[in-house]
Amino acid sequence: MLKIKDLYAGFEGKDILQGINLEVKAGEVHAIMGPNGSGKSTLASVVAGKDEYEVSRGYITFENEDISELDPEERAHKGIFLSFQYPVEIPGVSVTNFIKTAINETRKAKGEEDMPASEMLKMIKEKADMLEIDRKFLSRSLNEGFSGGEKKRNEIFQMAMLEPKLAILDETDSGLDIDALKIVANGVNKLKSEDNAVVVITHYQRLLDYIVPDFVHVLMNGKIVKSGTKELAYELEEKGYDWIKEELV
Amino acid sequence: MSFKDKLLSSYIALEDYLEFDSPLHDIRNTAIKIFEEKGFPSKKEEAWKYTSLNSLLKNDYSVYSNKERNVELKNVRKYFLHEIDTYKLVFVDGVYNSFLSETTHDTLDVCLMSSALNKSKYKPIIETYFNKAAKSDSLTALNTAFTKEGAYIHIPAHKEVEKPIEIINFSTGNEASMFLQPRNLIVVGENAHVQIIERHQSLSSNEVLTNSVTEIFAEKRAYVDYYKIQTDEATASLIDNTYISQQRDTVCRVHTFAFGGNLVRNNLNFYQNGEHCDSTLKGITILESKQHVDHNTLVHHIAPNCESHQDYKGLFAESSTGVFNGKIIVEKDAQKTDAFQQNNNILIDDKATINAKPQLEIFADDVKCSHGCTIGQFDEDALFYLRSRGIGLKEAKALLMYAFANTVLESVKIPELKVRINKLIANKIGVSLGFEL
Repeated sequence: MLKIKDLYAGFEGKDILQGINLEVKAGEVHAIMGPNGSGKSTLASVVAGKDEYEVSRGYITFENEDISELDPEERAHKGIFLSFQYPVEIPGVSVTNFIKTAINETRKAKGEEDMPASEMLKMIKEKADMLEIDRKFLSRSLNEGFSGGEKKRNEIFQMAMLEPKLAILDETDSGLDIDALKIVANGVNKLKSEDNAVVVITHYQRLLDYIVPDFVHVLMNGKIVKSGTKELAYELEEKGYDWIKEELV
Repeated sequence: MSFKDKLLSSYIALEDYLEFDSPLHDIRNTAIKIFEEKGFPSKKEEAWKYTSLNSLLKNDYSVYSNKERNVELKNVRKYFLHEIDTYKLVFVDGVYNSFLSETTHDTLDVCLMSSALNKSKYKPIIETYFNKAAKSDSLTALNTAFTKEGAYIHIPAHKEVEKPIEIINFSTGNEASMFLQPRNLIVVGENAHVQIIERHQSLSSNEVLTNSVTEIFAEKRAYVDYYKIQTDEATASLIDNTYISQQRDTVCRVHTFAFGGNLVRNNLNFYQNGEHCDSTLKGITILESKQHVDHNTLVHHIAPNCESHQDYKGLFAESSTGVFNGKIIVEKDAQKTDAFQQNNNILIDDKATINAKPQLEIFADDVKCSHGCTIGQFDEDALFYLRSRGIGLKEAKALLMYAFANTVLESVKIPELKVRINKLIANKIGVSLGFEL
């Protein structure tokens, strides 16, 4: 599904990603872990197509198509979703209105008709219930004055509504208490199928108890330096990252 | 003959019909002298640096409408907030239209300036308030000299008006070009509450220039909520002079929605004469083509312990131009003043212009004054966020513009009006709203 080959990317002429190689197949869950500043969020933004990052070498393909030059909205239309570490507050646009626009824009790009309002309302209700989101919350301005946990839950709500093929969850666990974490993880698991894939970016092993990865990768200084199975996450939790550094030397 | 000369000779003709030796006549005479001396403002004056009336004054305006023109309800219904649930004062080419209006004298007076000026029972109010808050600049003076018709609203003490009052000035295009000068007087008694909506609407593509003066007096603990809807035709221009005199413990709020017209100049003046006044000035300006809107605000903090909040947002497309000139004066006695002014603008196209100029004159030492002004493009992080959800660049920008303007609506207290303005903004910017939960 997603193939990243020898990717170098960054901004202002400085590469933060230093040769990433990663392949994510349909049905898989990958976790990317690593210390602060290792390039985890940059990788997420580059895959989602943030303008300010330049790809200087390598390429990204999604379903065998090079997407390196596509606009963020075009990648979204293909089924790539990024759950933001810091969702942007947009006062004046309600959650509902935002999601409605996002869904219909995506349908329009695929040459489909707008989703009928009744169908959308039904879907909103269903997904909001699944994530235990209060209806009142949906008429509030997008992310404005939301707590950290509310913002993250709102991200997963958007994911549930947009039903992406590939979801990249950037630090979705930060700011969540254990109950909220369970609800969010449960939501992600319910959306998981043989046809889609999830990349979880996290500092801590905690989230991986609930969203169980098939593969765990360690990112350091812009490179994947070690890959393994979920046991690697436990090892990192216990021993930190220093032993990997030593191993590399 | 210049338009100024035409007006001066019209005044001489008007004098034949006027009340003689009355205090009002003296006020008119003084006013016309001021206008004669000063003439129309030019760009040489600091306050008119960015707004020129020159091209407008070249038109040969009719000062009086020759024929009375009927307006059918079905053609203008859309300009009313409500058919039944509001009081209405409707003027067509400067003449009162009783068919479209709904006035009252039942506990409160919602009626005509012409009757207030002529009937003796209104004399005490006219003598106490008329022209007492208005400044003597040339345009206000011009209006004062010709004062004839407009809204007269008097809310007695402790009266809470149960429905909004609409003041609507239609121009029919009956004349090739028309000069209108409505004059409104609004007196809100102690602890009384009122909501007022004002609009000027041209019904044809003939030229109209309106020089309107509104005086509002808020007696102690009064609450005045005022909305100006400026969505006029591209051939209609407006100079709005509004003066609000606040006594102690009053709350006065003015929202200005400037989406239309050719040239609009809003001279909005607040005077805080007693302690614990609260003044709110909010505006949304959305312009395109060659439209020009100039917000010229004054908040004069005269008494201590008062607050003022100004929040003006502007979106300027194509070769439209905007001006925000916000002046705050804090007098020596106005200690503990809390004055806030915010002006944010987005220039959508390269040819659009905004001139923003905050002016603070502070003579007291224990005050809190803040002002902020931004002229910007779009927030890149917000754009990326929207685009990452599949919303294209153009739609994402539209959504951000809509959001930007929409935040000002939070303080609109009339729900139907809020919905209307919200839709106007969405249509103007080109976002579809659909449903809300």
